[in-house]
Amino acid sequence: MQPQTLFWILLALAVYGYYLGRKRALTVSGGNIRRLHSLPDYYGYYVALWCALPALAILSLWLLLDDKIILQWVLAELPPTYRNLPPDRLSLTVNVIENLLAGERQASTVDPALAEAAEHYRQLKHLGYQALTVLVLAGATAALTWAQRRITPGLRARNRVEAVIRIALIASSVLAILTTIGIVLSVLFEALRFFEMVSPLEFFFGLHWSPQIAIRADQVGASGSFGFIPLLTGTLLITAIAMAVAAPLGLLSAIYLSEFAKRRTRAIVKPLLEVLAGVPTVVYGFFAALVVAPWLRDLGARLGLSISSESALAAGLVMGIMIIPFVSSLTDDALTAVPRSLREGAYGLGATQAETITGVLLPAALPGIVSGLLLAVSRAIGETMIVVMAAGMAAKLTLNPLESVTTITVQIVALLVGDQEFDSPKTLAAFALGLTLFVITLLLNLVALHVIRKYREQYE
Amino acid sequence: MNKTLETVCSGLARRRRREIRFRWYGRIAIFVSLAFLALLITSIVARGYKAFWQTEIAIDVFLDPEELTPPTPEHLARADLAGLIKRSLRQMFPEVHDRRRKRALYRLVSSAAPYQLRDYVLAHPDRIGQTVRLWVLAGADVDLYKKGYIDPEMPASERRLKDYQIAWLRKLESEGRLVLRFNRWFLLNGDSREPEQAGIQVAFRGSLYMMLVTFALSFPLGIAAAIYLEEFAPRNNVWVDLIEININNLAAVPSIVFGLLGLAVFIGWFGLPRSTPLVGGLTLTLMTLPTVIIASRAALKAVPPSIRYAALGIGASRVQTVFHHVLPLAMPGMLTGAIIGMARALGETAPLLMIGMVAFIVDPPQSLLDPATALPVQIYLWADSPERGFVERTSAAIIVLLLFLGIMNLAAILLRKRLERRW
Repeated sequence: MQPQTLFWILLALAVYGYYLGRKRALTVSGGNIRRLHSLPDYYGYYVALWCALPALAILSLWLLLDDKIILQWVLAELPPTYRNLPPDRLSLTVNVIENLLAGERQASTVDPALAEAAEHYRQLKHLGYQALTVLVLAGATAALTWAQRRITPGLRARNRVEAVIRIALIASSVLAILTTIGIVLSVLFEALRFFEMVSPLEFFFGLHWSPQIAIRADQVGASGSFGFIPLLTGTLLITAIAMAVAAPLGLLSAIYLSEFAKRRTRAIVKPLLEVLAGVPTVVYGFFAALVVAPWLRDLGARLGLSISSESALAAGLVMGIMIIPFVSSLTDDALTAVPRSLREGAYGLGATQAETITGVLLPAALPGIVSGLLLAVSRAIGETMIVVMAAGMAAKLTLNPLESVTTITVQIVALLVGDQEFDSPKTLAAFALGLTLFVITLLLNLVALHVIRKYREQYE
Repeated sequence: MNKTLETVCSGLARRRRREIRFRWYGRIAIFVSLAFLALLITSIVARGYKAFWQTEIAIDVFLDPEELTPPTPEHLARADLAGLIKRSLRQMFPEVHDRRRKRALYRLVSSAAPYQLRDYVLAHPDRIGQTVRLWVLAGADVDLYKKGYIDPEMPASERRLKDYQIAWLRKLESEGRLVLRFNRWFLLNGDSREPEQAGIQVAFRGSLYMMLVTFALSFPLGIAAAIYLEEFAPRNNVWVDLIEININNLAAVPSIVFGLLGLAVFIGWFGLPRSTPLVGGLTLTLMTLPTVIIASRAALKAVPPSIRYAALGIGASRVQTVFHHVLPLAMPGMLTGAIIGMARALGETAPLLMIGMVAFIVDPPQSLLDPATALPVQIYLWADSPERGFVERTSAAIIVLLLFLGIMNLAAILLRKRLERRW
């Protein structure tokens, strides 16, 4: 039986278990449900959970492991000429078997031993499904009967069911930790493999970036060309331009909206600014490449400047526009958190509104604003699509915003899109870059959090 | 005293000017930001709206019985349908003899024209032997001409259409054989190398499937995590603090890093097939989960404690209190947060590039495990295409994407207004 059908049967069985458990509870209560410890529903859930959870666990474990185990068996029975192959050649053999199974290759075109192995694999898999069906259905039925037998008026069904619910809730929140661990581990492992081929010293301090594919297997991955500094300067250059656009515009519009604007204006303008944050980044990228970059190039030509059509300026400018609402909403929050009494104190001393803002409100809100700006920087550094579409590919070590530069994220995309080999330094370099990116943004976020915790005034 | 008053008065005008200046700075900042928004939207709409119309050409095709009988799909797949179309084009312009000009003539209609002829014959087998007027897709250059992107006044060497081609098109126009019609191909077709045949169907379905996966996973998981952290977790516990810091930090991790995670975990370890909506949905789930959790926690916090006390007071257990009383009240807020998270996921491109959803795919995916693209990825792919006609398609795909995002955000706002209670 296919696992999918099995799953639905299991679900149906659980529903049946619910009714059975409920009915049983009503029977043992002798018509007076007040004699039961829990509401009758909970006895139903109790039986259903016993019926479904262990069986589902078996089912998912099986599906996770069966391919790998069966493959090992099949490989162990191949003729020794195949078994003694080095790992990379062996994985080729595995590919052939997989293609046979998927029907992408005809059995007649390959070694009969492999065709036999594929047939064997298919048989084992089929046998496995049969065994699984028996195991899961027998297990579920047994658990169902057992759980249903255990129902007595004194059974604390509600507490048992609630314990399961709590475990499920805890598991969901632990997923956040698992995600972080997953990110760190997956990126770290590949990055470490990269650093085995290219020394970290070269990577972090090298001034030249041109990832090459090693042509021969024994060739050291075109050493000396994995220098990360040009990417870092490119990223920082574009980020600086973006912040130069977003910081003043975001700050000033937030100040105006929260201090000067009428309620009506605010109600209209604020959502409109938020729209800027909701536009997908790929749209900004298209806008930058199609509208802003040619416009800047023509402008430069008229002024006698040569501006590259993939200039850092165009990408940074558009990225700045994207970040405006981010800066303004965080500034807005910081300003509204400043208590009225401070404002009124300043007015009472005769300060104008502008003087109150620059002299009292901004200093009071500074930690919030600084942390908001840091978060904006972290977002700009991690932004991908705008720079992929509007910034260049060539890693130039320059601080001239009119030239084309490349960024960390652009290079990750360039290295990973297309054919991938998981053992070439070229592909692994992407993970090293990803790790660096993750660490940089993590540090920025932590610093932002620290700033706001340490320097925030508590007004109570 | 007099002296103080004097100092204050002398400074008043200057301070007042500063005040006014300061206000104007704010106004200018808002104006500039909104001007950028307006420029963005208008430049995309202006480039894209024409893609919803498509030039079609009417040709008189003789449905040659020799070629077309029997009218079965198998036979027509081998029949020389392109030849029939070429024949009718030659009949419309009998003066063309030059070989190069003949080839230019054939390019007036799209390479999809034979398929349109096939579909017509299959639908009307009784018309074989007659000459029928058939509306077929025009070629990409003709489409550009009809939409006014090719200026006939320009020197012939600089435009894509030669003088004689423009003369043909003028003749067709005067006969009413060259018209713009609603472009259903754009909505029904998959990707194509030819701009006039390219559509967003594959991308649309891919995005839809991914959103289904993302919603089905991130909504329940996000709510469960939020409930635990807000209602059950012990205060001042190291582990709980760790989880909270993690969630806040994950919300700020660049999306491309989630793509790397998806590549390494779902494709590398679990061996799920690349380019599929399932992997895309799983990756986007991990990315949206923090957003959903944070929004759901805020919604739970907004439910006043008196509700909880009342439920506990009449003997409900804590789980019952939460699931029977708190959760229904917090649901609108949670749903709003989820929709906003989904809208962000819908526009996300970078993680999908990492897991290989950048393939050229013509056939719409039938299941979660068929290769597909997504709307933003399709936009990225078309934006890279050199053909002039794709600029229009890209903008049109952006309009469709923005429309969906707008609808989702509007739904979130309406939901909040309609259902959210103030306490």
